Amino acid sequence: MLTAATKTGLVFFPAFDWAISPTHPEREERLLYTQDQVLEEGLLDIDGLVELKPDIATTEDLQRVHFCVPDPAAVATESHLISAGGAKSIADAVLTRRVRRGFALVRPPGHHAMRVVHGARGFCNINIEAIMIEYLRARHGVDRIAVVDTDCHHGDGTQDIYWHDPDTLFISLHQDGRTLYPGSGFSHELGGPTAMGATINVPLPPQTSEEGFLYAMDQVVMPLLKEFKPDLVINSAGQDNHYTDPITNMNFSARGYAELTTLLQADIAVLEGGYAIEGALPYVNLGIILAMAGLDYSKVREPDYQPENIRQSRDTGDYIKRLCGEIQEYWKKCPGIIEKNRNTKKFAERERTIFYDTDNIMENQKEKIRVCPDCSGVLAINSWTDRGYHIHAVHIPRKACQACSELGYQWHREANARAFDRIFLQDRPRELYLARQG
Amino acid sequence: MIIGLDVGGTHTDVVLLDETGLLRKVKVPTQPANLLESVQSGLHAVLRDVAPEHLERIVLSTTLTTNAIAEGKLAPVGMIVSSGPGIDPELFRTDRHYYPVSGSIDHRGREIQPIEPSEIETVARQLKQAGIRQVGVASKFSTRNPKHELQIREILKDHFDYIVLGHLVSGSLNFPRRIATAFLNASVYPLHKRFFQAVRRSLADNGLNLPIYILKADGGTMNLEASLEYPGQTILSGPAASVMGCVPYASTTAASLVMDIGGTTTDMAILVQGSPLLAPLGIQLGPYQTLIRSLETLSIGLGGDSAVRVVNGALRLGPDRLGPAMAYGGATPTPTDALFVLGHDRNGDTEAARRGIAEVAAALGLPLEQTAAVIFDLACREIVQAARRMIDAINSKPVYTIHELLEGYRVTPGELLVLGGPAPFFAARLGELSGIPARVVPECQMANAIGAALARTTCELALFADTERGIATAPEEDFYQPVKADFSRAQAVRMAVDLLRQKAIREGAEPDDLEIEVLEQQQFNMVRSFSTTGRNIRVKVQVKPGLINRYRSVTDSLARTTYAAAAVTNPI
Repeated sequence: MLTAATKTGLVFFPAFDWAISPTHPEREERLLYTQDQVLEEGLLDIDGLVELKPDIATTEDLQRVHFCVPDPAAVATESHLISAGGAKSIADAVLTRRVRRGFALVRPPGHHAMRVVHGARGFCNINIEAIMIEYLRARHGVDRIAVVDTDCHHGDGTQDIYWHDPDTLFISLHQDGRTLYPGSGFSHELGGPTAMGATINVPLPPQTSEEGFLYAMDQVVMPLLKEFKPDLVINSAGQDNHYTDPITNMNFSARGYAELTTLLQADIAVLEGGYAIEGALPYVNLGIILAMAGLDYSKVREPDYQPENIRQSRDTGDYIKRLCGEIQEYWKKCPGIIEKNRNTKKFAERERTIFYDTDNIMENQKEKIRVCPDCSGVLAINSWTDRGYHIHAVHIPRKACQACSELGYQWHREANARAFDRIFLQDRPRELYLARQG
Repeated sequence: MIIGLDVGGTHTDVVLLDETGLLRKVKVPTQPANLLESVQSGLHAVLRDVAPEHLERIVLSTTLTTNAIAEGKLAPVGMIVSSGPGIDPELFRTDRHYYPVSGSIDHRGREIQPIEPSEIETVARQLKQAGIRQVGVASKFSTRNPKHELQIREILKDHFDYIVLGHLVSGSLNFPRRIATAFLNASVYPLHKRFFQAVRRSLADNGLNLPIYILKADGGTMNLEASLEYPGQTILSGPAASVMGCVPYASTTAASLVMDIGGTTTDMAILVQGSPLLAPLGIQLGPYQTLIRSLETLSIGLGGDSAVRVVNGALRLGPDRLGPAMAYGGATPTPTDALFVLGHDRNGDTEAARRGIAEVAAALGLPLEQTAAVIFDLACREIVQAARRMIDAINSKPVYTIHELLEGYRVTPGELLVLGGPAPFFAARLGELSGIPARVVPECQMANAIGAALARTTCELALFADTERGIATAPEEDFYQPVKADFSRAQAVRMAVDLLRQKAIREGAEPDDLEIEVLEQQQFNMVRSFSTTGRNIRVKVQVKPGLINRYRSVTDSLARTTYAAAAVTNPI
């Protein structure tokens, strides 16, 4: 009988009875062949590989992270709650030391879901990693967390949720936003005024192969993790960088994913995208699971794997080298910029439009943060959509100072009831979540 | 008349039944070194003057193959495995004669790399030179496409006594288990064949040319011919015999927890509305994880004859048995001796039992009676704890659909059915501790043989259709048929049921005992570039384990005695 070197938990929840629509890529069949491969390889018989049943995320779990418009029940179906619950199950198993690390192989994905949720974007309704992370903080007292997002699409939802959080290092490796949805994630996107450097983006050029990914891991991800010293490392393990993925243009492989997993040594991995359901997912997931469990993956390869055919060009390699150097420079400057922000600004604002491609909603957002000298600062969001829905939301961060906390309540009180359909308050220190009808 | 014969570790139990009920029952000691002799003496004792023409069949359950595996007395087997990409097949090595070869099939059954015939020929030569007579062949995803296994058999042809192909032993996905299952079938084949040929000869010598059925681990039977094809199915039939013996008394509305308290072990299983719960994949025995269909059972090393010790001031029961209870001439105190001290059991040497428990009492610093009570209570508590673990494990099994997760069935036993030698003494306390009403099964020392006698023939079949590829296959039956794009799940289920019926009858089922159940039916639209290109359909059907209809009168008459029996079996 095979024994895992590292005790590894696995939540496998393929949601075989749920799809966005009958012919959507996010469909019942998506993890069918992955299931076949996992079962045929006998992975669940390996001693030290523990299959866990997913939990179901609660309303409170959602409220810690999101402002769901108009309410959690309207934006999250049972499948979303189970997907987030699956990530929670893994988190519990890791934190109670039932397993050393774990992989939530669940669908639907979540990394495009931002703090405010009006509907689905990039196939995501609620951010399953963020829900897990805030659950970990509330229930297990974990503080510093790093999220390494290896999905081919920029993890703009996770970036948005942690934009102002200096205790969450969010690193996204993805295909350059000039060539792929959601069109963001450039290297100069580094986080809010009090959390600069806690967001790091590595926009890789199309056709990047194993070499480029592993170079970025070596030169950017690993050194930054070492410096940040997180209590936990989370991998948003999207699998659409694969050379056969139908909706992206990268040249990554199952072997590459397994090596990346071995390098990263994440405590928790959560599946995100990946739509080459036959040619990639069965092999990539097998590679990731074996790598997490510390087992040999040297014989895992796609049937059509020819490394020489998918090797990146020399130009691509040079580009990535320059990019990584640039990012390291940015990172070094961030502490100074934060200090300068604190010395020169009292408040900072940004305005954005956010498109929900899956549900076809256009959202406009104005965000205002107090550039606080003592904490990351209280945040107010004013958001309205082309469907005519208008909300006001206040987020009091987990480590808010007294002044920010009071200001948050003041903003909430003063929000003009006639101007908004709904008025929210997220008081993280007290775990209090308020919503009132406008 | 039907004979049911269960060769257990200590006793061989034999019953003779007809439509009117239990005619005779006999218990003879098992001779582990000579199981054939145990079968013969059991049969001799139960048949005496019965005329051969009155007998219609004999059903046997033996520990033959189980013991051979446990003791490592396995015939050498040549294993030929073709895996393709994935986990290194070297990690599933069975023994010395293990040959990973080229060839690869993917998850949809497409050939990725062909096999290399000259490579197989070389392996065949090496196996022959080594004197190997049994060969197992397993390829990854052979249940999606058995082409490579069939090609390899074609090359091996007539050079071996027995060749078993992985896709024929089970339709389930699990390559390492497929390898282990093929290996075990091949390695017990010569022993099984010799033994049952001897049984058949011995019966014939006594003028008994009756059909021989053999009990399987899933609580069903198969005829001798079917067992010679896949003898691995006879492994671990012992616990199944007892569980089937409980079926007549089980609630038809609730779940029942079966506890078979033996000398060395207590075996547990679950009946849901009278049907036993099956293990999801198959038997696990020692290091072997298999695809051999089996009841979901839990065996713990605690029985009436378990050794009682005091270790660092704490009482420890089992997990070993060092011989019979001191009340029956043994040398080590046991829970059975505690029952003697407590005055529950009287048919033995009470003085010897008291001497044994006195040693334990001295080590614990407790009075004799109290020590006996503590031993008895601990035994009951450990059994109940194990039962809880088993039920929790069943209920925490992952499911893969939202519907099942939210509304899935949970096992919550409404009754406890207790059998085995010490059952009458244990039942009441087990009921108290578990909070589940407990009953002692009638004929609780013979229920295993009755269960074997009345079990029906069972089997399982998996069918897989892929309308994009235009195929429907039932690997276990070597069935392969082209299908059109509109082939539906309903058609797949009908096809599977037809194939299952043929298989069951071939393996010895009677047409009116085919209680067929659809275990699984899934259909997936195959979506490629935002349009549906086909359907992927998976169906699994079984003949449910249960009792033969014709002997309903026997089971009814036995069931009637339950309530009367329950009234008197409350000695504690």
